[in-house]
Amino acid sequence: MNFANLFRIAFRALGNNKMRGFLTMLGIIIGVASVITMLAIGQGSKRSIRAQIEEMGSNMIMIHPGADRRGGVRLEASEMETLKMDDLESIINETRYVAACSPSVSSSGQVIYGANNYPTSVYGVNEDYMEIRKYTLSQGEMFTEDDILNSAKVCVVGQTIVDNLFTNGENPVGQVIRFGKIPLQIIGVLTPKGYNTMGMDQDDLVLAPYTTIQKRFLAITHFQTIFCSAITEEYTEQAEEEIASLLRRNHKLGAMEEDDFNIRSQQELSTMMNSTSEMMTVLLACVAGISLLVGGIGIMNIMYVSVTERTKEIGLRMSIGAKGRDILAQFLIEAILISVTGGLIGVLLGIGASWIVNAVAHWPVFVEWYSVILSFAVCTVTGIFFGWYPAQKASNLDPIEAIRYE
Amino acid sequence: MKAIIELKDIKRDFVVGSETVHALRGVSFTIGSGEFVTIMGKSGSGKSTLLNLLGCLDTPTSGEYLLDGCSVRQMGKNDRAELRNHKIGFVFQSYNLLPKTTAIENVELPLLYNSSVSAKERERRAIEALDAVGLHDRLYHKSNQMSGGQQQRVAIARALVNDPVLILADEATGNLDTRTSFEILTLFQELHARGRTIVFVTHNPELSAYSSRTIVLKDGHVVQDTANPRMASARETLESLPQNEDE
Repeated sequence: MNFANLFRIAFRALGNNKMRGFLTMLGIIIGVASVITMLAIGQGSKRSIRAQIEEMGSNMIMIHPGADRRGGVRLEASEMETLKMDDLESIINETRYVAACSPSVSSSGQVIYGANNYPTSVYGVNEDYMEIRKYTLSQGEMFTEDDILNSAKVCVVGQTIVDNLFTNGENPVGQVIRFGKIPLQIIGVLTPKGYNTMGMDQDDLVLAPYTTIQKRFLAITHFQTIFCSAITEEYTEQAEEEIASLLRRNHKLGAMEEDDFNIRSQQELSTMMNSTSEMMTVLLACVAGISLLVGGIGIMNIMYVSVTERTKEIGLRMSIGAKGRDILAQFLIEAILISVTGGLIGVLLGIGASWIVNAVAHWPVFVEWYSVILSFAVCTVTGIFFGWYPAQKASNLDPIEAIRYE
Repeated sequence: MKAIIELKDIKRDFVVGSETVHALRGVSFTIGSGEFVTIMGKSGSGKSTLLNLLGCLDTPTSGEYLLDGCSVRQMGKNDRAELRNHKIGFVFQSYNLLPKTTAIENVELPLLYNSSVSAKERERRAIEALDAVGLHDRLYHKSNQMSGGQQQRVAIARALVNDPVLILADEATGNLDTRTSFEILTLFQELHARGRTIVFVTHNPELSAYSSRTIVLKDGHVVQDTANPRMASARETLESLPQNEDE
């Protein structure tokens, strides 16, 4: 008995019962298609989160003042004055794992140009901020160290500001906008970044030298936030530790005292978001796996019925020379053909469904090749596993009894 | 004359619960090549048990069975399956064709279990066998589109396709009307005339006249074993039957 003949026999047997074969397959088709679609959705959201975090700067570290208590009342972080110029200088000069560092102070209000105005925030930063937050310029230039030293009245604006103030299509570079009473000259425009994961418009901002904001807007000497970037994503943790020990030293905190600052990195955010989406992926895969299992049981059920129904045929095959293993192979191949064909259709359907989800619901999807191979392998194993018992039963039939079975 | 079947004191016991049933109590006979033997007996005579043994579907409890010189008694399941595949052609009462399958595919079936036969060879031999039973114009008819007589012819072609040393027919005319029965019997006689060895198991005593030898079983013993030198012609009987009105 060779394999080609066994396949021919199994194909003919399936061909005789097309409707039943298809209905049996349906369980597998739905199972595989859902596995692939679910994993594609899971992978897609994971990837889009990852891409957006990278856009914000995956090696970014944020330092906020914090944990300052006065008489038991916790104050809002921005009102605390623990982050000073000294801290910034220490971080810039005394760290090994920090590549760039920028202070940040912000003020919000209406920005005015001619007859137009728009509510926004102005951030006082230094030139490193561009690198840390992955901003680039589409026009003009960034302010310089000189501008910072001079508290120059210059700014760089985001696209949203340009769109709302320069409604007649003027070139914004060189124009002067007012922020409250203070005029700022636009020297550059940021390349648009769009919305981030949290739905914030990343182009709705004005950047100015931090000294300008500190002296001319807020009349303060501390910083609200310090942004840093680690030399690479992998060194984020070391950089955080370095910064923490520097700040503790600068702030003269004793060993038992709490930090009076908060350090947060994008990595924490990305870990959190990844774990959320990973859990979703696992849950989705479980649901899909269960449907594959149900599909497998469907195969076993039908194969079992089929063996009983075809007892006489099995008896005949045995009496004309089929060995037990030929019968076993025949029914096993039938089960595998059902599951593999179902798997194949399921893969196509799953890819199609992923595409539809992407096109209709605009969810990010990504069909991972391993999910295709995995579900296909699971299918084949399902076929063998659930086909084995009925096939074994068929091969153990006694030809004498089987041929007289009514 | 070469012996195809040699039975030496065959006994077959079945254990049913605590009792032992002696289905065959020492059967011995030899069937030579080219004989057309009818094995008769009432139900319970051991006829089916003997058929299963002759067909290598079962093995005797004691005694020796040589099929074409091969000793069957010690053979395992797989060896017997191979022996059946090469040496025996079965014809059953209820035809046992695969449903919704063409005549040619049904006839090819035994050769599918013989890996030494190529696909081309298989088709050639199937057509040849169908030709031999007069169905050369029905090659691609499906089994459910054929009459009982035609189905039995396909079954006979299936029994012939592996060129067996023995054709074993089990009540092969039992499901057919008189006229068709004699058509099938005529076919068996033609095959016999071409030198085939045929064992025809039946409970119908009338049929014994159309074979060359009759063996009668009763209670597990051979009670009669007679040669029939003047074999009646099934064709003549067929011609003497009244024609069906609708033909």
